[in-house]
Amino acid sequence: MKWTGKMYALGLVAAMFIGMVVAACFGAAPAPVSTAEAPAPAQQQDMRDIRIVVVSHGQASDPFWSVVKNGVDQAARDMRVQVEYQAPQTFDMVAMAQLIDAAVASKPDGLVVSIPDPDALGDSIRAAVEAGIPVISMNSGSDVAKELGVLNHVGQTEYEAGYGGGQRMAAAGATHALCVNQEVGNVALDLRCQGFADAMAEAGGTVEVLAVELADPVDAQQRIAAALTANPDVDSILTLGPTGAAPALAALEEAGLLGQIKLATFDLSPEVLEAIRDGNMLFAIDQQQYLQGYLPIVLLTLYKENLNTVANDVIMTGPGFVTQETAAQVIELSAAGTR
Amino acid sequence: MTTTTTAAPGSRDERLVESGLLRRLLTRPELGALGGAILVWIFFAITAPTGFLSLRGTASYLEVASHLGILAVAVALLMIGGEFDLSVGSMIGLAGATMAILSTTQGIPLYLAALVALVIALGVGFINGYLVIRTKLPSFIITLGSLFIIRGLTIAFTRMITGRTQIGGLDRVDGYELMRVLFAGELMVGGARFRASILWWLLVGALATWVLLRTRVGNWIFGAGGAPEAARNVGVPVDKLKIGLFMTTAFAAWLVAAIQITVVKSADTLRGEQQEFIAIIAAVIGGTLLTGGYGSAIGAMLGALIFGMVKQGIVFAGVDADWFNVFLGTMLIIAVLVNNYVRQAAEKARR
Repeated sequence: MKWTGKMYALGLVAAMFIGMVVAACFGAAPAPVSTAEAPAPAQQQDMRDIRIVVVSHGQASDPFWSVVKNGVDQAARDMRVQVEYQAPQTFDMVAMAQLIDAAVASKPDGLVVSIPDPDALGDSIRAAVEAGIPVISMNSGSDVAKELGVLNHVGQTEYEAGYGGGQRMAAAGATHALCVNQEVGNVALDLRCQGFADAMAEAGGTVEVLAVELADPVDAQQRIAAALTANPDVDSILTLGPTGAAPALAALEEAGLLGQIKLATFDLSPEVLEAIRDGNMLFAIDQQQYLQGYLPIVLLTLYKENLNTVANDVIMTGPGFVTQETAAQVIELSAAGTR
Repeated sequence: MTTTTTAAPGSRDERLVESGLLRRLLTRPELGALGGAILVWIFFAITAPTGFLSLRGTASYLEVASHLGILAVAVALLMIGGEFDLSVGSMIGLAGATMAILSTTQGIPLYLAALVALVIALGVGFINGYLVIRTKLPSFIITLGSLFIIRGLTIAFTRMITGRTQIGGLDRVDGYELMRVLFAGELMVGGARFRASILWWLLVGALATWVLLRTRVGNWIFGAGGAPEAARNVGVPVDKLKIGLFMTTAFAAWLVAAIQITVVKSADTLRGEQQEFIAIIAAVIGGTLLTGGYGSAIGAMLGALIFGMVKQGIVFAGVDADWFNVFLGTMLIIAVLVNNYVRQAAEKARR
């Protein structure tokens, strides 16, 4: 019995170590430090002594956030700094706050965070600022960044993005528009519709908000079709993301109105880009999340090395517009994971 | 595996022969987890000493471990009793959203809202247990159903009442201060913030250990999970006991929800997602058998501690979070292999 106990203890030791070593080896592989093209020793000498931690709320499997992470990784290579990217496994603000706490405890030279829930994350971000760590926020949180003590926010402000979309839509001759909202109650999405409506109103147009089901594209398609039938004056549609754009395209195609009713959307997807290229869609409002990953690393490196700061509280990465002229190029870039 | 030994008065029964300390230790279910916890600690102490060994770092992994640990202890009790509860994660979302909705939209003080949420949580726990007993369906199926029902109701009602899925600003509602003292109190040690949840975790763990090892109910739990028919025959109220255990896991989920909404000052309908699996993993790493009848609360606490150290240690060591699930899955399989081996060895020795 004693012997088996020892064997078991030894086995456990060995097994735990193997697990740890395996994970540590695998873990080291994707880090930007070791994946640079330059030979490793030269790269090591060349590296600056700066370590930045990124904590975002985006899940690794989300295509939107993969582009953010690609921006982070490329900036780490270009700036020759060490960057670690962390995100909770699910949309869990408690877990995210704990990740920020852990990042702060590891004393990085800079911290990048997204702030989808200021109530939940505020204390942890303040603690980072109080510990003397320069913090830059990105993607969400433009409205609270300053009061939390964050240096800059890199992202798109939702209202302005919707407003820009409205101006462009009105300039194209739209007068009666639908704003298709797949998540009524989500503040960010409501602000997009609001900005869009305000810009359209200034140009003398009207906007009606149409709520659709996020998880049910067939329902969304039917509801858009019904709205078009009910209101023949509608000459334009803005959707708030690819989840709304695809059903809108399908509804227009079914009604034979493709290309006649002006359609635009927020955010990119392969089918959105193809529709723009083929002239079935007017434009896509692009918040350029690659920049949201890339710029904070550059800003923090410059701050650390040179105490440089940018005077704008919010550095706007959007609204950028993808139109028929640029769609083909963007499709190529999107395949490379940078758009 | 029941421990219903009776000794003849005055004389020492040969079944009560004193076994050596080492031997007794080796047959404890939590030994594997203890070894694992020590190894994980050493591993990160070597690879990431700056963050991991600092007070701030320690506070950070203890807090993560405490949230999960409270759940894992209750889940371990239920598993020893022979049942599963997959609805605990959803229950965290439900309890948190209930507290937030009642206090922000109805103006009820937060602590009263928390009491209402507690009643609802215990009610749901009772229904879970009652359905398992009455339908005789596996608890895995019943609580898999309630996982979705509870999450769905939480999202639907929250959206219906507040128009969104996230409710913030709980630090501005009535009665927040009392909740803060109870659930989010903090002890500053050298600039590091140790939260009240760590105390709750230790308290829950100690209470569960005492119940399991020192009370009649503890024996009942082992009996109900190990040999339910035999337990019934000797008069253990197995049905009531199991319903009680389901209510215990519901209570643990409520406690975690109360801690979380007080600490982060907001509720979200998605809170607690996947925690049911993580809690089971922690219990299993801690030596609790999936088949019931064997396990310990301390083991579950150690399982949660390992989880917390790995989760935060990965940040300190600078490993991409993408790899966290690889760690978790590897640990689970190793733990089950080791535990199976120990159980067989222990059973062989007993014969």
